[in-house]
Amino acid sequence: MSAVIEEHHHDDHHHGPAKGLMRWVFTTNHKDIGTLYLWFSFIMFLLGGSFALVIRAELFQPGLQIVEPEFFNQLTTMHGLVMVFGAVMPAFVGLANWLVPMMIGAPDMALPRMNNYSFWILPFAFTMLASTFFMEGGAPNFGWTFYAPLSTDQGPPSTTLFIFAVHLMGISSIMGSINVVVTILNLRAPGMTLMQMPLFVWTWLITAYLLIAVMPVLAGVVTMMLMDIHFGTAFFNAGGGGDPVLFQHVFWFFGHPEVYIMILPAFGVVSAIIPTFARKRLFGYPSMVYATSSIAFLSFIVWAHHMFTVGIPLAGELYFMYATMLIAVPTGVKVFNWVATMWGGSMTFETPMLFAIAFVVLFTIGGLSGLMLAIVPADFQYHDTYFVVAHFHYVLVPGSVFSIMAAVYYWLPKWTGNMYNETLGKTHFWLSFIGINVLFFPQHFVGLAGMPRRIPDYALQFADYNMVSTVGAFLFGFSQLLFMFIVIQTIRGGKKATDRVWEGAHGLEWTIPSPAPYHTFSTPPKDLTEAHG
Amino acid sequence: MSTATDEAYESYYVPADSKLPIFASLGIFLTVFGMGNILIDMTAGAEHSIGAYIMMVGGLVLGSTLFFWFKTVIEENHAKMYSNQLNRSFVWGMSWFIFSEVMFFAAFFGTLFYVRVFVIDWIGGVGDRGPSNMLWPDYTPEWPLLNTPDPEQFPGAHKPMGWFGLPLANTILLMTSSFTVTMAHHGIKEGNRKKIINWLALTVALGVAFLICQVLEYYEAYAHLGLTLDSGIYGTTFFMLTGFHGAHVTLGTFMLAVMLGRAIKGHFTADDCFGFEAAAWYWHFVDVVWVGLFLFVYILGS
Repeated sequence: MSAVIEEHHHDDHHHGPAKGLMRWVFTTNHKDIGTLYLWFSFIMFLLGGSFALVIRAELFQPGLQIVEPEFFNQLTTMHGLVMVFGAVMPAFVGLANWLVPMMIGAPDMALPRMNNYSFWILPFAFTMLASTFFMEGGAPNFGWTFYAPLSTDQGPPSTTLFIFAVHLMGISSIMGSINVVVTILNLRAPGMTLMQMPLFVWTWLITAYLLIAVMPVLAGVVTMMLMDIHFGTAFFNAGGGGDPVLFQHVFWFFGHPEVYIMILPAFGVVSAIIPTFARKRLFGYPSMVYATSSIAFLSFIVWAHHMFTVGIPLAGELYFMYATMLIAVPTGVKVFNWVATMWGGSMTFETPMLFAIAFVVLFTIGGLSGLMLAIVPADFQYHDTYFVVAHFHYVLVPGSVFSIMAAVYYWLPKWTGNMYNETLGKTHFWLSFIGINVLFFPQHFVGLAGMPRRIPDYALQFADYNMVSTVGAFLFGFSQLLFMFIVIQTIRGGKKATDRVWEGAHGLEWTIPSPAPYHTFSTPPKDLTEAHG
Repeated sequence: MSTATDEAYESYYVPADSKLPIFASLGIFLTVFGMGNILIDMTAGAEHSIGAYIMMVGGLVLGSTLFFWFKTVIEENHAKMYSNQLNRSFVWGMSWFIFSEVMFFAAFFGTLFYVRVFVIDWIGGVGDRGPSNMLWPDYTPEWPLLNTPDPEQFPGAHKPMGWFGLPLANTILLMTSSFTVTMAHHGIKEGNRKKIINWLALTVALGVAFLICQVLEYYEAYAHLGLTLDSGIYGTTFFMLTGFHGAHVTLGTFMLAVMLGRAIKGHFTADDCFGFEAAAWYWHFVDVVWVGLFLFVYILGS
């Protein structure tokens, strides 16, 4: 019997990567799968970004120039879906795959084959979703929130395939999240308590919990749509005793936690990077954990702030307004802690730090416009305007996306063994930083002045700011090709990275060689003094 | 000291490359892609749909892949490749999977409560949505909603489904089956194979009996009560809640039947029976959902 164990022990932990392309298809290695997720996410980022550039090109000046309104609607819908489910979420899952096992001293993810399954569902799902552009009636055209009855009564035939694509994404997310939760709860190095975990691991634990809780609700709501479309049920039809507003309740019960799913891991990334480059320990670690948990809890009880203008009872509006404003408290704790970490530190400003600091500033701007939107009477004015577009793009692009880029620059030397080109990295940062602000800041103004979202044409008085916005969009969009160049250049070679990589870095992932060997921590580490920075 | 810990640590099994997941991905994709095409063609009024073939191929690929996947896991377990730590991963994994299922049903229960508490009255003009009653002046708020606002599109049921009779019988069947599956578990703990097999076979039989009763109940609803999927929100919530529950009973019964087969092959021991326990947990979960259904859909709902 022990011979069997010995033999398998040998096989399991010392086999290298397989040769050829099939390595990526059959792999069960968390680092390979992390890489797959990250590249998939980047491809989706470019795809969703190209939709956005067509949108911005159309909005460069008033009138209809480039696309038909019908196609414009398909583009806004697919841009949102691809970016949310294809770019941001998989990028964070990729980071979790790469980093969580290395940070907690685990040999791999808890369920490696299921890990591969979670990833490989996604390319199928997005191929199916993207193929709807070529169907009769075109792609889904009702916005990424797919409100009924627009999506049920008026939607194109491709709505059905969209529903099944969402089901696939949900299955992938739930399996991926179960893997993350189980890895964190069960595979920590002996002696590592929950409160010794790096904050990135904490934020992912809570994110995964949110995903397992709300992705089934999304599955529920698209199933209700499917039944209304094909089987004559009355979920969202008042003629049968149902209610279109019900759709919005169920959707946003998923949708609001979803918003935090896309930002909590970003908090974890920033909480890893700022201490490194400030050369100080993270200020207020326990309060960071409690704040993250509070945000996650609050995310379940604020959903109807997306629905203030739909006609919900006054008591509901007041409750959801105050509950929403409450979120500012734990979020404020976090921003305070990041600033306090930098306070009095010996700071240097390498590319990851630049992205992290930009994250803190610009995410806070997005958070503050969120507070404005939380106020019911003000929201009556802002609802469905470009102010909302500006708000959520500020939290998603210089928020989530910047944190992903920060993470890539920060951990890329550990992944590849090579340092990226710092000058090019900083150039990429500044182009992105300027591009993003030129792109989204003017949208606050046109929004406050009353420009509605999701329209291909607009009144003349919005022309100047839209033109500025489009210039920013193209600057930001094309800067990402530089990002791709830097990453590929680093993979192919460059100055060798040390094991520690960054002078001030702490955490188990910095105790292993660069590049990280194919298998790490086959036996758990004994020395946990490095465990959290 | 450190070598002692090295020996104490049971190696966590990390499987080598596997062909299983990619086939499972392909299978699940073809299944839903086929299903989508069937539905699109059906609603468009087409006679045939290529989707049926795609779905069949997909289902076959998915089903056989899952079969080999579980087979691999069972064989690896029998080869003693799994440490206690890895077995805990399965336990955690199943628990979180059941939690996700709870949330799926929560969406539908939430829908039922929201409709009953708010929507029915609001359509009738109560509360802040007064004007909507101008659309359907004849509408009266009631539950179960038999007279829908728009009877042409949604002809309401003649009669609601009562709780007495088949639903009560089903409650008794499922409650009993939760007891019998626990007896089978005791059999495993005592190492008494005959006890395992007998109680488990009885559990599967109860599951099948439940499903037969549900088919009869649905027949009754369609044939005599006018209660159909498209008879308005009452029929919608009734069939979607009980239907998804029935689908879960089907899966649970299948899982238990597989466990019965494994028990007959002598698979389970007192300290190595998580496959059985996972199926039993799932079964208890399905049972709890039924209690919720019986209370809110049948007793309070009719």
